[in-house]
Amino acid sequence: MAEEQPVSHAAHPDQVDFREVQSSPEFQELRKRQRSFIFPMAVVFLVWYFAYVLLADYAHGFMSTPVIGNINVGLILGLLQFVSTFGITMAYVSYANRRMDPIAADLRHDLEAHGVSRPEETK
Amino acid sequence: MNSLHISAATEVTAESIKDTGLLNMIIFGVFVAVTLVVVLRASRNNKTAADYYAAGRSFTGPQNGTAIAGDYLSAASFLGIVGAIAVNGYDGFLYSIGFLVAWLVALLLVAEMLRNTGKFTMADVLSFRLKQRPVRIAAAITTLAVCFFYLLAQMAGAGGLVSLLMGIDGKIGQSLVITVVGALMIIYVLIGGMKGTTWVQIIKAFLLIAGAAIMTVWVLALHDFNLSDLLGAAVETTGNPAILDPGLQYGKSDTSKLDFVSLGLALVLGTAALPHVLMRFYTVPTAKEARRSVVWAIWLIGIFYLFTLVLGYGAAALIGSDAITGAPGGVNSAAPLLAFALGGPVLLGLISAVAFATILAVVAGLTITAAASFAHDIYANVIRKGQVDADGEVKVARTTVVVIGIISILGGIGAQGQNVAFLVALAFAVAASANLPTIVYSLYWRKFSTQGALWSMYGGLGSAILLIAFSPVVSGLETSMIPSADFQWFPLNNPGIVSIPLAFFLGWLGTVLDKNTESAIKQAEMEVRSLTGVGAEKAVDH
Repeated sequence: MAEEQPVSHAAHPDQVDFREVQSSPEFQELRKRQRSFIFPMAVVFLVWYFAYVLLADYAHGFMSTPVIGNINVGLILGLLQFVSTFGITMAYVSYANRRMDPIAADLRHDLEAHGVSRPEETK
Repeated sequence: MNSLHISAATEVTAESIKDTGLLNMIIFGVFVAVTLVVVLRASRNNKTAADYYAAGRSFTGPQNGTAIAGDYLSAASFLGIVGAIAVNGYDGFLYSIGFLVAWLVALLLVAEMLRNTGKFTMADVLSFRLKQRPVRIAAAITTLAVCFFYLLAQMAGAGGLVSLLMGIDGKIGQSLVITVVGALMIIYVLIGGMKGTTWVQIIKAFLLIAGAAIMTVWVLALHDFNLSDLLGAAVETTGNPAILDPGLQYGKSDTSKLDFVSLGLALVLGTAALPHVLMRFYTVPTAKEARRSVVWAIWLIGIFYLFTLVLGYGAAALIGSDAITGAPGGVNSAAPLLAFALGGPVLLGLISAVAFATILAVVAGLTITAAASFAHDIYANVIRKGQVDADGEVKVARTTVVVIGIISILGGIGAQGQNVAFLVALAFAVAASANLPTIVYSLYWRKFSTQGALWSMYGGLGSAILLIAFSPVVSGLETSMIPSADFQWFPLNNPGIVSIPLAFFLGWLGTVLDKNTESAIKQAEMEVRSLTGVGAEKAVDH
C-alpha cells in the first residue's frame, strides 16, 4: 500500500544512461531472445487462425466433411485452435521462465543498485 | 432418450418460466447481499489512488487471472455465444475461437511490457515517451468510446435476460431492471474500487464456470457422453443438418462472408486492446505475475468456451432453434431455457443469477476503467497537469463513476433488443482499430512518434465509428437500430477489415511524415524498463 507514497528521487534516474544500458550486450541479448520468440510465434498463430477463418468462410464443403459420426472437419479444426492456443501458452511460459527471466532479473538488480526507481512521467 | 427430448422441449415455454420469477429474484438477491459484504470488507483499506484503481497491486497471478476471466466472460460470452450456437450452429462457435485465440496477442505482445511501463491506464504507456497531453487526451477518448460500446452491450443483455426470466415484455419493466443493475454497479464501484470489483469478478467467474460445467456434464450425460450423439440430436430437433456446418449465419452471400473475415480480425486483435482488460494487468505486483494472470485466464476462458459448445448444441437438441428465437429475449435466452429444461426452476434461478452476476461484474470493471481514464488521464494529468494529490484524483474518479453509471443506464435502455455478442463485436472492432496499433507501435517501434499515435488513434476510432454509423447495423434494414431511416452505404456490419489496417497504416504514415523526432533517451528508458521491469510500480522482487 505504501508504495504509492511519492518516492524521493535521491538518486535521480538520469544518472543512469539508459542508452548505454540499451546497447549493452546483456540487454541486446534479452531483447533478441524476446523478439525471436514472440514475433515468429505471433505470425504462426495469426496465420493459422486466419487460415481457419477463411476455410470456415469459403470452404464449406471441405469443413462439412464428416470424420467420426456427426463430427466434421470444421469441428476438429476448431478444437485444434483450442489445442494450439493452450500449447503456445505453455511453450511461451516455459521459454520466458528459462531464457528471459534470468537476464531480466540480473539487469533489474544492477539498475536498482544504481538507484533507478519509477519513471518520472508516470508518478 | 428421444422421448426425453420431446417432453423437455414441450415443457419449456415462456409461460412455465414466468412463475419462477420470484425464486430467481431471491437467488439473485442472495448473490448481491454476499458480494456487497465482500466489497465492503475489501474497501476497508482503499486509501490511495493505487488502492482505488489497481487494488494496491496486491492480487496474485491466479487471482487476477480468475478476475480477468470474470471480466472477459461477459453476458456476450455466456448468453450470446450459447444462443448463437443454438440458432446458427457452427458459426456461433467461430465467435468463441476468435475470443480465445486473441489472448495470445495479450500474452505474447502486450501484458508484461504494459505492466512494466505503466501505472493505471493505457495512456500511461503511450505517454511514456510521446507527448503527454495530446496522447493522453486521445487515449482517454478511445478508452471511453470502447467502454461505452461494451457497456451498452452488457446493459442490453441485462434487459433481454429479464424479459425472459420474469416474462416482462414491456419496455418499462425492462428499463426498471436495467436501472437496478446500473445502480448496484455504481454502489459496488463507488465503495469497493478495483479491489471490490476484482472480488466480485472472482466470485462471478467461479460461479459462472461452475454453473456451465454442471450443465455441460448434464447435457453430455443425457447423450451418453458422446459428442457425435449430441450433434445428431441437435440436427434431429432443429430439423436442420446445416447447423453442424459453417455458413448458416455468414455464408448467405459474398458480403456476409467478407463480414465474417472482418469480425474475425476484430475479435483476434481487439482483446489485447480492451481498456478494462489492460487495466487488470496493473493489479498484480510484477510482470511475471501479469504473465501468470494471462495463463490462468487463457485456461479458464478456453475451458469455458468448450463448455459453451456443448451448451449451445445442447440447447438446440433439447429445446430447438425455433423455440429459442420465439422466446422473449430471443437468441440470448438459449442458456436460461436450457437450464430450465435440465434442472427446472431451481437450476434456471441459479443460472439466471449467475448471468445477472456476470453482467454486474463486467459493467463494474468497465466503469472503473472509464472512471480511471477520465480522472487519471484527463483530470489529473491534462487539466491539472499532475498538480493534484491522489485524494483529489480519486474523488474525481468517484464522481465519474456516478456519471458513467447514469449514462450507461440510459444507453442500456435505448439498446434493448440488440444481440449482445454482436454489440460486443463492435466494441472489439473499435478497440482493435483505435488502441492496438498504437500500443504495439509504441512498445516495439523505436521511431514511432506522437503524430503517428494521434493519426492512428483518431483515424482508427473515427473510421470505425463512421463505418458503423453508415452500416446496416444503424439503418436501412428492418433489423437496424433505426429501421425507418436508410442512409447506409457501407455493406458490412463490422468495420474491422477496413478500420484496423487503416489505423496501422496511419500510425506508420504519421510517424514517417512527422518532422519532430521523439527523445531517443526516453525511448531507451522505456525499452529497458519494459523488458527488465526495473522500478516498475511496487518493485518487490520475487
